[in-house]
Amino acid sequence: MTVSPSGASMTKIAEPNPAFTKMVEKGGPGGETLMLCYQCGTCTASCPSGRLTAFRTRQIIRKAQLGLKDEILPSDDLWLCTTCYSCVERCPREVEITDILFILRNMAVREGHMAEQHKKIGENMLKHGATVPVKEEVMKLRVKMGLPENPPTTVGNKKAMEDFRKIMEECGFDKLMKGGKK
Amino acid sequence: MSGRYAFFLGCVAPLRYPGIELATREIFKSLGVELVELEGAGCCPAPGVIRSFDQTTWLALAARNLALAEQKKTDIMTICNGCYGSMFEANHIMQHHPEEMKKVNDVLSKVGLKYNGAVKVRHFAEVLYKDIGMEKIKAHVKNPLNYNIAVHYGCHFVKPTRVKHLDDPERPRILDELVEATGAKSINYKDKLMCCGAGGGVRSRDNKTALRMTEEKLKNLKKVNAQMIVDVCPFCHLQYDASQNDLPGYNIPVIHLSQLYGMAFGLPRDKLGLEAHVTKVNL
Ligand code: SF4
Ligand code: SF4
Repeated sequence: MTVSPSGASMTKIAEPNPAFTKMVEKGGPGGETLMLCYQCGTCTASCPSGRLTAFRTRQIIRKAQLGLKDEILPSDDLWLCTTCYSCVERCPREVEITDILFILRNMAVREGHMAEQHKKIGENMLKHGATVPVKEEVMKLRVKMGLPENPPTTVGNKKAMEDFRKIMEECGFDKLMKGGKK
Repeated sequence: MSGRYAFFLGCVAPLRYPGIELATREIFKSLGVELVELEGAGCCPAPGVIRSFDQTTWLALAARNLALAEQKKTDIMTICNGCYGSMFEANHIMQHHPEEMKKVNDVLSKVGLKYNGAVKVRHFAEVLYKDIGMEKIKAHVKNPLNYNIAVHYGCHFVKPTRVKHLDDPERPRILDELVEATGAKSINYKDKLMCCGAGGGVRSRDNKTALRMTEEKLKNLKKVNAQMIVDVCPFCHLQYDASQNDLPGYNIPVIHLSQLYGMAFGLPRDKLGLEAHVTKVNL
């Protein structure tokens, strides 16, 4: 709280942080379109997730323009986007909204904001090279149908899995899944 | 590089709905198109989750799959919108950003691989539509179908159109035409292009919200008496199929386009893997 000249208390308004804005703009392909947004709200109106929740696409883009890091990175809203691209198709300014959300999510993860369920998916990746765990009944069904028990992927392929894991380690993904900064 | 395709399986099809894998193999065999095995391919990796966690890892793992296809001198064909979206966009980024390509190849060199950018990423529905064509498909329909079908495009098939240039984002036609080639009718319904709710890690992180999106879709499908949903993505497939466990009273079978073509081409039922479906398929 701060006190206005008249003496009434007001809620403190977050200060813009241009350094964070720059980081988003340079955070990956699409980031450079951030400042093109003129806040028309077409994205929010197109969003299937925003229809059902308090997530507002336009608002996240505005916060990113202002660099309001602490309002964006820990928020659950950031994770309500299904990456459906409806907003991207309709944005009159060709803002790469979904790409910007990817950049923000990557930043959130690096700061340690990651849901337990998402860490599990990361673990499956490190174990089998797949997002979902292997289920015995499906492997049995595969055999019954005349397919090889293991598909010809990283699943059950030691050399391929080693390579796959090595790439993840090289990129620091294993440490990231443990919540550490890269 | 065309005529043959490296068959990219992804995770959800082979590990949850093997019927999608087998039906695809069988229908391409019937059509006389060679699918090259892509041994050791990994997760695409998933656009909604892995790309959300770390774009460098996402890009490098996608490039590994592309490099494996490049070694086979083939384009890569997916049966999943997620795999298509991930690898298509990763490919696009590498082909247009030499500095990203270099970074990725530095990582790939650690496992003795290199990607030169020569592979095209294809979706099987797009291969059917463009490379094989309606006429040939219709000639293979031995068992014409007579259903009212609700097509689900999913989000990562035609979108983002700025990089894919496949069809109109608001009123696409490809899947409707592919479904109607079997004799079935593709019916219109409210919010046809809306997301199933699963993407972007929402299914895993906030299942309730994902389910609410799915329920909106199911309600709209019920209103028009859809006899089945036809999808081109094992992840949308999983969302519609498994979610009906939590959303009782709809009982709308969920069929991947490869399985629908399997039915129309006269494949034996046991090659369609319908036992793996949570929502019973009584068709
Ligand atoms: S649709 Fe585009 S310009 Fe309009 S508010 Fe959203 S991002 Fe900004
Ligand atoms: S891409 Fe994300 S933010 Fe944009 S409309 Fe879809 S769910 Fe909403």
